[in-house]
Amino acid sequence: MSIRIILNGVPEEVSSGMTMLGFLQSRSINPSHVVVEVNKSIVNRERFADLTLNENDLVEVLRFVGGG
Amino acid sequence: MNDELLIAGVPVRSRLITGSGKYRDESIIKDVLEAAQCDIITIALRRIDFDSPQENILKNIPSGKVLLPNTSGARNAEEAVRIARLARAMGCGNWVKIEVINDQKYLLPDNHETVLATEILSRDGFVVLPYMSPDLSAARRMVDAGAAVVMPLGAPIGSNRGLQTRELLEIIISEIDIPVIVDAGIGKPSHAAEAMELGADAVLLNTAIASSDDPVAMARAFRLAVEAGRTAYLAGMAGVSKTARASSPLTGFLDN
Amino acid sequence: MPFTGIISKYDSFDFDSYCDGVTSQKVKNILSRKQISEMDFLALLSPAASQHLEEMAQRAMELTRGHFGNAVVIFTPLYISNYCRNTCPYCSFAAQHHINRRHLSVDEVEKEAENIARTGIRHILVLTGESKEKASVEYLESAVRVLRKWFSTISIEVYPLQEQEYGKVIEVGVDGLTIYQETYNIPLYKELHKGGPKSNYEFRLLAPERACRQGIRQVTVGALLGLYNWRSESFFTALHAAYLQKQFPSVEVSVSFPRLRPLAGDFQVKYPVNDRQFVQIMTATRIFLNSAGITISTRESENFRNSVLPLGITKVSAGTSTAVGGHSGNPSTTQFEIADSRDVSRMRTDLMRMGFQPVMHDWNRKYLEGESCKS
Repeated sequence: MSIRIILNGVPEEVSSGMTMLGFLQSRSINPSHVVVEVNKSIVNRERFADLTLNENDLVEVLRFVGGG
Repeated sequence: MNDELLIAGVPVRSRLITGSGKYRDESIIKDVLEAAQCDIITIALRRIDFDSPQENILKNIPSGKVLLPNTSGARNAEEAVRIARLARAMGCGNWVKIEVINDQKYLLPDNHETVLATEILSRDGFVVLPYMSPDLSAARRMVDAGAAVVMPLGAPIGSNRGLQTRELLEIIISEIDIPVIVDAGIGKPSHAAEAMELGADAVLLNTAIASSDDPVAMARAFRLAVEAGRTAYLAGMAGVSKTARASSPLTGFLDN
Repeated sequence: MPFTGIISKYDSFDFDSYCDGVTSQKVKNILSRKQISEMDFLALLSPAASQHLEEMAQRAMELTRGHFGNAVVIFTPLYISNYCRNTCPYCSFAAQHHINRRHLSVDEVEKEAENIARTGIRHILVLTGESKEKASVEYLESAVRVLRKWFSTISIEVYPLQEQEYGKVIEVGVDGLTIYQETYNIPLYKELHKGGPKSNYEFRLLAPERACRQGIRQVTVGALLGLYNWRSESFFTALHAAYLQKQFPSVEVSVSFPRLRPLAGDFQVKYPVNDRQFVQIMTATRIFLNSAGITISTRESENFRNSVLPLGITKVSAGTSTAVGGHSGNPSTTQFEIADSRDVSRMRTDLMRMGFQPVMHDWNRKYLEGESCKS
């Protein structure tokens, strides 16, 4: 079963019941290298394992890049 | 003599701040920082690229540096505040460079929105370094809003045109008591030296080093320039002597 | 921090010793800088700098022209009450002197105002002695209300008021405040002002700040030259002006250098300032504070005033009488002897002949209020 989320502005299908941690791991993303926002709220890293993704969640995953 | 720069009470060893953007090869950043001997480096926050999930600028920045995330991408105060909070959530510190630009042609900052963001973020516990257009009353508002420093531009971002705003920078340096860091427009080490000679507390530059053919050498050149300018400023320069005016004496009456 | 905090930093500073160590080269360096620091300013008061007076004068003239053009504002002082509880030994109006005391009723104030306004004056400086019963804040308010009918800009030179009191008088029409610390030196100040409310050094020192917080438009500060070491007095005067400009950027800050004049009494001037020193103080101040106004009163002679005008003067008095009722008959004793008795019309002519632009009417708050102007 899969659900639809908006990930970094783009619709994505993810497995229902997927946690944030699980999602990041599935994409080979190191959780300590990113910040995550769900539905305009910042999600603390400690909660990644508890937070379950829901249908139509707006998810932003960001990391530091070079800048001036 | 102790010529220490303090930003929000934190001693900063080097008066050169560099950026990490526009590099052809980001792995060179570590050597650039070494050559520049700078302690503070700006970074930006962007959406992760799921095709290159391991990409992370922090890999190229040695530990012990002060990370200064900017709010690039923000077009107004609300967006700047959001980006700053996201950056802080990364857990790498609470410093932020506010950069609010809603002018895509010249990339000039919006002072008004910047003051608003400064107020919100400084109340929220951030160490705020606002990038601004050199306007004295805006600078005063930044101070009142809780900024730790002000960062007026010398010329538009990436233009490398030096201190086009020199007159206004001098006024701000003279009137504003918190550190003044000239940010943007510095294209040559001589520009950096000039800014320091005017009395700026530090300079911030990115493009001039990153897009040089030899960024490491250029970083070293900038380090020397900043040191030279600062040393000259502290030594007290003689100034340009004016040619004498050929007019009748104004104090002759005192001899009567 | 209030200005008291800044002054205290120089408690044990030896001004003369510092100045004696200043070299000619240092003076040259300072004179070629665009902006000078406070210690640079002090160096310009040194013996070495007095050898560069012509250069300082040229620089001062250049700076004044650049910022003020050739404009010189003309005003007249209006003494409305000389009752005073203070015992300042250097002033005719001191309580211990048996002099002709007068206190104008509001109608009499209006009569004076009318006579003065007829000469073309639009800037008035109202003076009183320190007497809360005779020259109460309410009395001041009434006087100012009447003066507003005749003048565009009203300044006061009265005893220091509380902040709310400044608020009140500003509300009814006061645009400017002149208040001299007399001497910035605390021990001497205490010695000279033992009796009366003026004994409170700090209350007087912080008066300009209180007025600025209440929205006053102009402030003039200064020390009474002759009471104490002129280097330290000019230094603190300049520092005071710079401080006010910094804290209250929208206020027009000016300085004045009143030199003690002979008066009804035998007070000895311990630290007289000669003309050369006066010029040094004035030009150094102009070089340090490019944008501060400089006022000169009729304590100084006609010739001297004419000579120093180009060096930075931006405001002069004319048609002066330092007696209460001096403009309408039955005058009191004068506060000091006037050395320049030119009337307004002569002053205007002289200014124009010397290449200046006499300004009678510089600001009128009616512009803010939408009333039509009378003059």
